[in-house]
Amino acid sequence: MNNAADIVLVFLVLTNLMLLGLSRLGACIRTVALQGIALGLLPLLTKGGHMELHGTAFAIAIILLKGGVFPWMLMRTLREVNAQREIEPFIGYGKSLAVGTLILVVCIWLGSRLPLPEPVMSSLIVPVAFFTIMSGLFLIVSRRKALTQVLGYLVLENGIYAFGVALVDKQPLLVELGILLDIFVAIFVMGIAIFHINREFDHIDTDKLSGLRS
Amino acid sequence: MICALLLIPAVAALLSLLVRHTLVRRVLLVLTGVGHTAVTLAAWNTTPQPLLSGWLMLDAAGLLFLTITSILFLACSVYAFAYLAIQGAGKQQDYEEGMLFTNAPDAVFCACLEAFLATMTLVTVSRHFGLLWVAMEATTLASAPLIYFHRHHRSLEATWKYLLICSVGIALALLGNFLMVIAASKPGGEGIAIVVDALIENGANLNVPWLRAAFLFFLVGYGTKMGLAPLHTWLPDAHSESPSVISALLSGALLNCAFLAILRSYQVCAAAGQAAFCQDLLILFGLISIGWATIFILGQTDYKRMLAYSSVEHVGILALGVGVGAGATFGAMLHAANHSLTKAMLFLVAGNILAAYKTKATTEVRGILGVLPWSGVLWIAGLIAITGMPPFGAFLSEFTIVKAMIEQGRIGIAVAFLAMLALIFIGMTAAFLNMAQGRSASDLRPPGKSESILAILPPLGLGALTLMLGLYLPPAVDSLLRGAAATIGGY
Amino acid sequence: MMTTLKLVHLVLAFVAAPLLLGIINRTKALFAGRRGQPLLQAYYDIWKLLRKGAVYSRSTSWLFAAGPWIGFAAVVAAATLVPFGGARAPIAFPGDFLVLIYLLGLSRFLLVLSALDTGSSFEGMGASREVTFSALSEPALLIALAAVAKYTGCMSLSDMVVATVPHLWLCAGPIVVLVGLALLIVFLSENCRIPVDDPNTHLELTMIHEVMVLDHSGPDFGIILYSAALKMWLLGQVLVGLVVPAHTGVLWVDTLAVLLSMALLAVLVGIIESSMARVRLLHVPQLLVGATTLSILAVVLVLR
Repeated sequence: MNNAADIVLVFLVLTNLMLLGLSRLGACIRTVALQGIALGLLPLLTKGGHMELHGTAFAIAIILLKGGVFPWMLMRTLREVNAQREIEPFIGYGKSLAVGTLILVVCIWLGSRLPLPEPVMSSLIVPVAFFTIMSGLFLIVSRRKALTQVLGYLVLENGIYAFGVALVDKQPLLVELGILLDIFVAIFVMGIAIFHINREFDHIDTDKLSGLRS
Repeated sequence: MICALLLIPAVAALLSLLVRHTLVRRVLLVLTGVGHTAVTLAAWNTTPQPLLSGWLMLDAAGLLFLTITSILFLACSVYAFAYLAIQGAGKQQDYEEGMLFTNAPDAVFCACLEAFLATMTLVTVSRHFGLLWVAMEATTLASAPLIYFHRHHRSLEATWKYLLICSVGIALALLGNFLMVIAASKPGGEGIAIVVDALIENGANLNVPWLRAAFLFFLVGYGTKMGLAPLHTWLPDAHSESPSVISALLSGALLNCAFLAILRSYQVCAAAGQAAFCQDLLILFGLISIGWATIFILGQTDYKRMLAYSSVEHVGILALGVGVGAGATFGAMLHAANHSLTKAMLFLVAGNILAAYKTKATTEVRGILGVLPWSGVLWIAGLIAITGMPPFGAFLSEFTIVKAMIEQGRIGIAVAFLAMLALIFIGMTAAFLNMAQGRSASDLRPPGKSESILAILPPLGLGALTLMLGLYLPPAVDSLLRGAAATIGGY
Repeated sequence: MMTTLKLVHLVLAFVAAPLLLGIINRTKALFAGRRGQPLLQAYYDIWKLLRKGAVYSRSTSWLFAAGPWIGFAAVVAAATLVPFGGARAPIAFPGDFLVLIYLLGLSRFLLVLSALDTGSSFEGMGASREVTFSALSEPALLIALAAVAKYTGCMSLSDMVVATVPHLWLCAGPIVVLVGLALLIVFLSENCRIPVDDPNTHLELTMIHEVMVLDHSGPDFGIILYSAALKMWLLGQVLVGLVVPAHTGVLWVDTLAVLLSMALLAVLVGIIESSMARVRLLHVPQLLVGATTLSILAVVLVLR
């Protein structure tokens, strides 16, 4: 049991649960930022001393982007659209937390049934990664605000990244950077879209985007 | 050569942002199309050198989809030249709700269009799954601003759905990538790089359960982008709200690119002996898509949405063709070409109709043949082509697929398939013929003002190509199609 | 020797319990820039109340007078089950943590009964809130203790704290963190501290615990205050015992460590009260469900 990695993974779970229970958008963004930083630390902690330059540089890039740039962009969007909290999500916070716990239990059960071809640093990694992915999806479908949906997308992405960082030793740098760049541009474009939605509709509630049907 | 394919549109996109003169920018757009098509056709003669240690390579399937993309882009760039000319700057009035809106700046439109081509080209030449993913996500990002060309609330809604649904879908495909890496890893040692060729070579050594999981995520992830029901929900909105020229590219080129990405993972699974598992899934998704499209085409009152649902139907046919395998694979490849050409042609004609009638409701458009003779004829021709009637190419490809089904004894699937095609035929014909015939309100267009040649030539050319594919397959095309079918295990 | 020590620990609990309130209040005063009450204010209050006479409403029955005292007896009984830091409790047997929870529940039950006995709508409201929140915090406490029990393989609270050695932090860090957090939230909720309840509030509508005891006076009220202080001490001991691995074997070091940890806990509560606002009543269940979730997570990690 790799203790440091385990603590980071449990921290990921806690941030997910917090996101399910938080209503203030600013607090949500900060939580996602914390999650991103923890995620960047994960490879540094697990690989320990023998990290090559490439891995370290990439981890730092992750921390800077997910812990700094994305939250900053989203915070700016938040200020522009002047929406402070998620009001009346489709699924309430208490229920979201309960559902989250349920998903967590299912994920851990699932993780125990998926045999990995190679031993990994922590047996928690697969369940936690799946849980993060599921939380992201849950946030996307259960919240009204466009901004929260973007946060859900980021959490989903974080989960997939956690999965990758733990199980996949080395991806070529080009690909890793490409992935990061794509996510960066995605968040950027979504931020702009939210800004336009706010200007066009005077709110960012996506359930009211219902002009197009059948 | 691959370098040229990627750089031509990429550099053009950059230039478009820099150039201040509108006309230069539009000419550059057309030149990009011409240049790209020229290089693509050159690639038919000489196989391009692989780049980046085999990460970028053109095989038969890649070349087929690249050619489709390239030709479509050429047609659309010419059409866009005319389209942008009539879309004046400043406030426009929305014809549905009457509110005022502006269009996206010309530079943004041209640059995104060229960047869109660059990313789609990258999809067709990528052999590395990671790079393929990067390219696929990039197509979403490059095309989102295009859908939001008309800056009003409906297109914004469509853009948001497109962005979010496709991004989430593609994020799941990223998970598929990682699962693929796990499937390719060896205990203790360096795993196999997730390059298509290396994976196929080591097909027998792949970890099957993880590979299956990877394929599932690829199918769901890229299937979202491809528009397989029930993951297609972004598609009708995006196609109906974006400018027709963009709808043509989305439907004809982008969906194919996503299909190619699924085919790549299918290739690997087939090499690992998992073809049957994948084929069952493809058949399932294919049938669901066709069925879903049937339901929504019958009684559809918006002709652009009808075309969009028809795209859902046709990607279903593609998936079904590959799922049936054997001879149907060839049919699927041919159908990909036919559908792209026909659908792009129809969307471009729909653009002409929309410009003249200022409505998307099928019930309010009457007498196209009288008002827009050229567009009217093309509209009818497109109807015949898209519903799979002879003499157009789609008839040949759908016939090939059905023939393979019957040869394999899958009578049930064949009957269901034909029944749904018949229903779609009824639904589309009723709507299209009503639009084409009859007498229109007379104040639409002063007689004597003919249709712009730039708005007629592109769909006409595309229609001619699909007609040619139905009547006569040139040997070069035939061998390319057979090569493409062979790479994915058919003939 | 051992018996004497256990009795000393018990006496220490009885004597030092109200001091926690003093530390919390001084911390809050410090944050607010005040001098604050004397550290021993809680003792003065209790002593003053115990010397006074009580006033009983004509509408109350014997339950009203008996409730506080039986509740006090239950808390005293609970005190015998709680270990002092890493040292064993005077009474320890398998499953004693269940009895502890039930005894604390009994004391609350009697308080609620005597509150309902007054027939006042305010007290009924407070009782209803108290019961609602405790119904949500008890699972968190129970599940957290169950997680520790499962991990250490001990069914007695005394055995559990003995098993809490520094090693536990290294090999099961996440579990200790989760249990610690869950117990902290339970600690705040059960002792009516911010962010669940504001002990200093003056508005009956926002009160939870305070409103239940509005009609009690004199010695009855004094003993309620003292029971509450003792309960805080006991729950604090459970938290400290499980999270702080202080068993060096040297008696005075251990005792000092435990007392210091308790003081730090009180300071922590003071800091939390100074830096947070009371959450809205509607959101309290969310907080408690969160604590339960943490406990469940700990159990899941243990079972994995």
